[in-house]
Amino acid sequence: MAQFNLPANSIVKPGKNYPAIVDSHTIKRVIVYRYDPDSDENPRADTYEVDLDTCGPMVLDALIKIKNEMDSTLTFRRSCREGICGSCSMNINGLNTLACIKAIKDIKGDLKIYPLPHMPVVKDLVVDLSRFYKQYASVKPWMKTETQPPSGRERLQSKNDREKLEGLEECILCACCSTSCPSYWWNSDRYLGPAVLLQAYRWIADSRDEATTDRLEQLEDSFKLYRCHTIMNCTNTCPKGLNPAKAIAEIKKLIATG
Amino acid sequence: MKQGRPLSPHLQIYRWPLAMVISILHRFTGVVLAVGALLLVIVLVSVAAGPAAYEVVRILVSSLFGQIFLVLWTVALFMHLFNGVRHLVFDAGYGFGIDATRNSGILVIVATLLLTVVVWSVAWLNGRFWI
Repeated sequence: MAQFNLPANSIVKPGKNYPAIVDSHTIKRVIVYRYDPDSDENPRADTYEVDLDTCGPMVLDALIKIKNEMDSTLTFRRSCREGICGSCSMNINGLNTLACIKAIKDIKGDLKIYPLPHMPVVKDLVVDLSRFYKQYASVKPWMKTETQPPSGRERLQSKNDREKLEGLEECILCACCSTSCPSYWWNSDRYLGPAVLLQAYRWIADSRDEATTDRLEQLEDSFKLYRCHTIMNCTNTCPKGLNPAKAIAEIKKLIATG
Repeated sequence: MKQGRPLSPHLQIYRWPLAMVISILHRFTGVVLAVGALLLVIVLVSVAAGPAAYEVVRILVSSLFGQIFLVLWTVALFMHLFNGVRHLVFDAGYGFGIDATRNSGILVIVATLLLTVVVWSVAWLNGRFWI
C-alpha cells in the first residue's frame, strides 16, 4: 500500500535564513531543501536572498552563486550547464526539470528547490539513483543481434527507420520523468518507470536490433510495464520535450497486437 | 549515519498538472460507481421484496440527501465514462501531446458537467425524481 505521508525522519522543518549580502531591488528569495547526513536532524528548508543583478539567468546559476558566496555547504550535482548531461535534475517550484535550462525569470514569487521527488536523499539536492540505474541496466540498453554485420561495414539503417528513433534517442536519463510519476512513487521497487521504458522502446524501435520479441516478453508484466496508468506527468515534465507516455503506449500496443 | 536516508517530498511539493488531477478523479469516480452499483442492487432487491420495501427506498431516494447522492453519482458516471473513452484513445496510441492531453482533459470535464445538467434538467422538469 502506498504511503502518502512522509516518514517521520523525512519531514521538512523550517530552516535558516541567509539575508542578502548587498542592498538591491532585485532580490529573489530562494528556498532550498537541505539535508545533512552527518547530523541527527531532519531535512530543512533554508532561505537565501539572492541578488539577481549579479546572478546568471538560470536556476543553476542561482545555486552556484549561493554555494560560492553565501553557503559553501550546499550540495548539488551539475556538469554541462546546457541541458545535455542530465545531472542537475531537481524539483523547481513543483515540477521536475534541469536547473541549468530553467530561467529564473520564468518563476513568479519565491524560487523553491527540492530534490527529485520520492527518492532517498544522500545530501541536500543529491538523491540516490542506484535503483534507477539498475532498472535501466535490466532492459539491456544496447543493440542485440544474432546475424553477422555486413563484412567490413556497420549495420545500415534507412532514413525512415532512423526517424523512428527521433524523440527516443535524445533521452539523457535525468530521471525527471520517472520521479514525477505517482505510479513510480508508490511502486518503484517493481515498476520500471517512464525513463527506463522509453529507453526500452528506443531499442525495440531500432530496425537493427534483433531481440524485439525477447524485449517485449521481458516487459510484459503487470508491474514492470502496466503500472503506467497514463497519468502523463512524465510527458508534462520532461525537460527535453520528449514523450515517455507515448513510448510506453507504443510498447503496450506492440504487446497487444502481438 | 544513524538512520536511513530521508525520503524526498513528493505529493507535498509536486504541482499537479490537469492530467494528473483527472487521473486521480478517474480512480475516485470508479470507487464511487462501485458503491453506487451496490445501491442499485439494494433498489432491485427492494423491488423484489414487495411494495413496502420499495416504498422505503423510494422515499430515501426522493429525499434531498438521496437526490444529492444521485446527482453526484451521475457526475461520477459521466466522468468515468468520458475519461474511459479518453483512455481508449490513449491505448490506441493517439492524443499524447502535452496540449492534446490537456485539451482532452478539459473536454472530459465540460462534457461531464454538461451531460449531468442535461440529465437532471430533464428529470426534474418532468417531475421524475425517481424511476
